Amino acid sequence: MTSGGSAPILFAAHQIDKHYASPVLSGVDLQLAAGEIRALLGANGAGKSTLSKIISGLVQPTAGKMVLRGQVYAPASKRDAEQAGVQIVQQELNLVAGLSVAENLFLNRLPRRFGCISLQRLYRDAQQALQRVGLDEVQPTAPVESLGVGQQQLVEIAAALARDCRVLILDEPTAALTDREIERLFAQLRRLRATGTGMIYISHRLDEIRAIADTATVLRDGRVVGTSRVSELSVADMVRQMVGDVVAEPRRHRSYVGAPVLRVESLSRAPAFQDVSFTVQRGERLGIAGLIGSGRTELLRAIFGADRADSGQLWIGEERQPRRFEHPRQAVAAGVAMLTEDRKQDGLLLTKPVRLNTSIAFLKRLRHGWGTLNRALETSDANRLAAKLSIKCESVEQPVEELSGGNQQKVVVAKWLLRDAEVLLLDEPTRGVDVAARAQLYEQFDELAARGKALVIVSSDLQELMELCDRILVISAGRLTAEFPRGQWSEEKLMAAAFQGYLHAEECPLDVS
Amino acid sequence: MSPDHSSQAPASTATERRFWLTGVLEYVGMLLVIAALVLIFSSLSDRFLNLRTATTIANQIPDLTLVAVGMTFVLVIGGIDLSVGSVLALSAAVLGVVMVDWQWPLWTAALACLGAGLLCGVLNGAVIVGAGIPSFIVTLGMLEIARGGAYLVTQSQTKYIGAAVEPLATPLPGVGVSTAFVIAVIAVCIGQFVLNRMVFGRYCIAIGANERAVKMSGIDSRPTRIIVFALSGLCAALGGVFHTARLASADPNAGVGLELAAIAAVVIGGTSLMGGRGSVTRTFLGVLIIAILQTGLAQVGATEPFKRLITGAVIVLAVVIDAWRHRLPIQPWAGISRLWSRSPTADKG
Repeated sequence: MTSGGSAPILFAAHQIDKHYASPVLSGVDLQLAAGEIRALLGANGAGKSTLSKIISGLVQPTAGKMVLRGQVYAPASKRDAEQAGVQIVQQELNLVAGLSVAENLFLNRLPRRFGCISLQRLYRDAQQALQRVGLDEVQPTAPVESLGVGQQQLVEIAAALARDCRVLILDEPTAALTDREIERLFAQLRRLRATGTGMIYISHRLDEIRAIADTATVLRDGRVVGTSRVSELSVADMVRQMVGDVVAEPRRHRSYVGAPVLRVESLSRAPAFQDVSFTVQRGERLGIAGLIGSGRTELLRAIFGADRADSGQLWIGEERQPRRFEHPRQAVAAGVAMLTEDRKQDGLLLTKPVRLNTSIAFLKRLRHGWGTLNRALETSDANRLAAKLSIKCESVEQPVEELSGGNQQKVVVAKWLLRDAEVLLLDEPTRGVDVAARAQLYEQFDELAARGKALVIVSSDLQELMELCDRILVISAGRLTAEFPRGQWSEEKLMAAAFQGYLHAEECPLDVS
Repeated sequence: MSPDHSSQAPASTATERRFWLTGVLEYVGMLLVIAALVLIFSSLSDRFLNLRTATTIANQIPDLTLVAVGMTFVLVIGGIDLSVGSVLALSAAVLGVVMVDWQWPLWTAALACLGAGLLCGVLNGAVIVGAGIPSFIVTLGMLEIARGGAYLVTQSQTKYIGAAVEPLATPLPGVGVSTAFVIAVIAVCIGQFVLNRMVFGRYCIAIGANERAVKMSGIDSRPTRIIVFALSGLCAALGGVFHTARLASADPNAGVGLELAAIAAVVIGGTSLMGGRGSVTRTFLGVLIIAILQTGLAQVGATEPFKRLITGAVIVLAVVIDAWRHRLPIQPWAGISRLWSRSPTADKG
């Protein structure tokens, strides 16, 4: 399926400007043909999300105009955009907890009969919508919060596809998906392309863009750097255009492994994981690979004391006495920190300034006599960390909700850098983070390891684990199935181990053939 | 404090000024409202704009002010305390009984009274945190319990105390305002300092903003939450002392509906009902707005139903303006309008 200049122009944006306190987009032009998948590339804060929000009516541009199918298009709200056939699947999940999957799918147009919701029709339609994205096993009646993050993401995509869909915007749709889910999503997108739907696809995963997109537009600092056919663009080209003239050197791995600092023995929490034992050394970066739902997150949470383990124990440093954390307070006091997968829900005070977010885990440091706060120290700490991590913000007084995803993640990292924990549990530390910010985070992790901190890194991105880690453990269906020291792993071996636990399990959530 | 932090920081003074300015504007807005109210009532009644009205208002509000200070903290952590009016009455009842029946002097009696309020508050907090029940329900229960307690303690009789408590509420010579008012203002200042400048206040704001993130930052929020409800009970009790002083007697019917007036004052002051944002000084301005409105309306001869109508409208208006200013889409509205919208034909396929 090719779609070049011959296909009719479906959507065009002319000279779009958007200013908040400072310009976010300036003079952006974009043309999308029917049946074209356009990748939108750019570093954190380059303006990709803002542009997609403008097209989908969530945000109004300061200047510029848009044309959709030959008609002036100026959506005042997301609803306007949806009625004009422009759908968006956002990076953040927008599902209503407490409602069923089916109700979420058809939230703004529940099928009605004599003024009442026709449940029969609702569930039938929902079943079809779910099948389209490969969620056959999900019951339309299931409460949406009972689904995993990956499945929830697919439900959102299903909701967009079930509407009148002429232009579809996907903002990081695969961040939480497994490879198999991604494949199924891509098949669906290709089918849509064949019917003439134009798509704007935002992702940090450049391999994916090569696999699915026809053309790519690169944004840098709110301006269009260029648009080219993906087939004429190498991954290196894309990175170069995004970051400008800075050439990324290939990273060299150094090892700083020292004495054991955290030992976990037979930790279990039904039904998420059973009988997990491992040891982490000072200066070690230990990766934990596994499919989504394999118990990775639950394992970290149980170690940290955010959830209670059923059995098992752990030792910190040289301690003789085994223990188990009942509350994160104890873990943090013992020098353990955790970077959560869902930074908005579990990591940040979104409405609060950067300054409050960096100090929250370590207010003890700011305590004067009688419990007053040392605000000067707080501000200087925040400024120092913002500079160290290159957090892109107007000032440390800016609320973190106004920052881009990658910069928000840096704020969470800054919080724990300040706390100077000995063991860091990192759950998907670079999820939704662009290439440039990712490199900066890796550098921080490197520096932490060099200072003798132990890092336990959970990631769906095997490339990331293989690049960073000294050792990788694989968890599958709640059990550790393999351990690879650096140099002895390969993507195939890791994947094989990640699927191993599901092969003979009775309830097989994934059919691997 | 590092001397060179400005060179490391990505901060710009222009934006810092922007955040500082929004902070100032929130006060300016409320002061303008107060000025407007004063202007309106002065033009409607020639008896309004004088010192006597000002002192009358000042001496009416100490109990509401105290209760509202405690309520500010409760709302900041994302809770609500419906029991304050009843707790005020129960504490006042304790004060009346120990002073009249047991002949205690004022200061020990006041301690007993504060103890009663503190106990109610601690009970509220312990059940809310210990059993994990929403504060709305628990304090609704306490609203009934404390009211019942107040009737039991006083045997449903108003306890006349007289000169032993009155000095608290009588205007100080030469100043025109009472000791109670002075204490209330001091409480506002302390409250504001605690909320903004102390570790405890920071925990309150953080808990209100995102309790899960607070937990995952290694902080046990439970003690803070219990203390906040305890403080609210304590504030209500002190309000009870002032209320008793003003009437020279302990009335078991005191403070009916006071929780709503207090919540209104706090919300007019821009504290979010969702938690995470609030100011004690602006709560005080909220109390002033309500008091000026009440007194002014009474002076221009408005009837009781009319007074309530206006006051209610002002409360709603204040919250609407606040929501605008924070550019919050008023969520339930959006949800309802979405559910009511007619379904397009596209869902047939």
